[in-house]
Amino acid sequence: MTETADPHFLRPLSAPKADAGKAINFGADKPLKLDCGRTLSPFSIAYMTYGTLNQAKSNAVLICHALTGDQFVASEHPVTGKPGWWNMMVGPARPIDTNRFFVICANVIGGCMGTTGPASTDPATGKAFGLNFPLVTVRDMVRAQAMLLDALGIEKLLAVTGGSMGGMQVLQWAASYPERVRAAVPIACAARHSAQNIAFHEVGRQAIMADPDWKGGEYQLHNTRPSKGLAVARMAAHITYLSEAALQRKFGRNLQNRDALSFQFAPDFQIESYLHHQGMSFVDRFDANSYLYITRAMDYFDLAEDYAGQLADAFRDSPARFCIISFTSDWLFPPAENKRIAHALNAVAAKVSFVGIKTDKGHDSFLLDEPEMFDTVKGFLNAVALAEGVA
Amino acid sequence: MNDATHLAAGAHLRADLAAIAEMIPEGARVLDVGCGDGALLEHLVRTKNVDGRGVELSQQNVNACVARGLAVVQGDADADLAEYPSQVFDFVILSQTIQATEKPAQVLAQLLRIGRQTAISLPNFGHWRVRLSLLWQGRMPRTKALDYHWYDTPNIHLCTLADFVDLAHAQGAVIDRALALNQGGVAGEMRPDALSPNLFAQGAIFLLRKN
Repeated sequence: MTETADPHFLRPLSAPKADAGKAINFGADKPLKLDCGRTLSPFSIAYMTYGTLNQAKSNAVLICHALTGDQFVASEHPVTGKPGWWNMMVGPARPIDTNRFFVICANVIGGCMGTTGPASTDPATGKAFGLNFPLVTVRDMVRAQAMLLDALGIEKLLAVTGGSMGGMQVLQWAASYPERVRAAVPIACAARHSAQNIAFHEVGRQAIMADPDWKGGEYQLHNTRPSKGLAVARMAAHITYLSEAALQRKFGRNLQNRDALSFQFAPDFQIESYLHHQGMSFVDRFDANSYLYITRAMDYFDLAEDYAGQLADAFRDSPARFCIISFTSDWLFPPAENKRIAHALNAVAAKVSFVGIKTDKGHDSFLLDEPEMFDTVKGFLNAVALAEGVA
Repeated sequence: MNDATHLAAGAHLRADLAAIAEMIPEGARVLDVGCGDGALLEHLVRTKNVDGRGVELSQQNVNACVARGLAVVQGDADADLAEYPSQVFDFVILSQTIQATEKPAQVLAQLLRIGRQTAISLPNFGHWRVRLSLLWQGRMPRTKALDYHWYDTPNIHLCTLADFVDLAHAQGAVIDRALALNQGGVAGEMRPDALSPNLFAQGAIFLLRKN
């Protein structure tokens, strides 16, 4: 096991001065056993930390990122140069206060920001894994994070939090490592991926695979990139992150840089050029095969399945305090799905709080300026820290 | 479970809540339905070391509870009680809320199912002032505790103490204790079937259990 100061990124850096974080390389002695039955070894996990681990090692907060997120939660992204994706939530004097807590965020296994994924080099062939990369699950992601914490010498987490797929990881953490989690804050997530969500993911995957530049997943060997397919996948997915009301409010039927309809297929409407922009900026920073793998991991997520269909049993051993946060206009992970988790936790007498924050901004609300969410997280973490004797 | 039914609970507990708090044994598992900002639950956690949970409709109140370190689910009595397992709580509390529920009979049945003991406090629409108000003015009564017009009140199922006792019996509940409430707080023990509290008490607390 070795630690390197600079994780290997696939894309050129537009902010070379930004903190690129670290990576830990797990050698043959530390293989990652995967749910699919295969083993990943060697492998690397790229991660960022913020704040300082206290002497008692009791102030560690793990943040789990969403499908297209990464470890740059609260600092400039070295590839895009953009601010951290949860800047408003994490930082000095923010709800997850880095003056007080030691924040860790790692790129998930299968990702493309320095952690081993399908774009990484397969040591067996010397070429990119492509579709030879094993299928990974949310539980595999969490297993890899647990190995990272072991390597960092952190036995217990004060809290683990994240939104969307990050929330799935939070639930998996509480189920897989109940003794290591004192508090869990799953946001805008579900204990299983719904048929509708699988359907949207399949549209995205088919768009990628239909791109001739995908080349059966071996585009790196052919020096091509399925940018069009990946952009369409992102466009379709992005719609699911918003809400009808928010789209109407933001764009309506407004025209883009024109006074009248063009009677052509170039983008007439603002919403069209907005989606195009979302798609194009995404392909600059994300790997198409990673998108296939990570969406598949989400599709496979059904926490109750591992416990004979009884979601409550997943949390039977958990001594953690839970705070589940959902958003009223989130139709991808609706409040009812979030509340189902609260009910399961209630059934096993776990300490659970649930809030449904009123907003029209849809699933993406967890990434946006939602003062009620910040208040909830801040109040909850403060109460947890006091109860656990963290100054 | 609207905000208005939860009078401000500061350092001092509202009189009916203080009376309920006294009924709760040390270390009990407690569910407070309509727990407001969590004043009662926090008091119980601190003074009686209870294992407390809450249900509350208002997001603002839930946040206040969460910040106090309480475990509170945003929801309402009508929709959420069905999700709780049977007889898991030693004590279930519903204070000044049953009159605002959509289906009071079902809510009461759920409370009796979930808790081994249930404390319910409610306003008395059989109080003589209310009766006189309707008699003399010929309009739906407005009281200090329930200061709403008929068309904007969240209290959609008002009852008298006698009405509530009938419902409790119909649900197969045993009334172990009943305390009459007036403006100053607890007026004293009452017999659930006595006629005079239904005329003179402004409210009551009933301690119930499933027969």
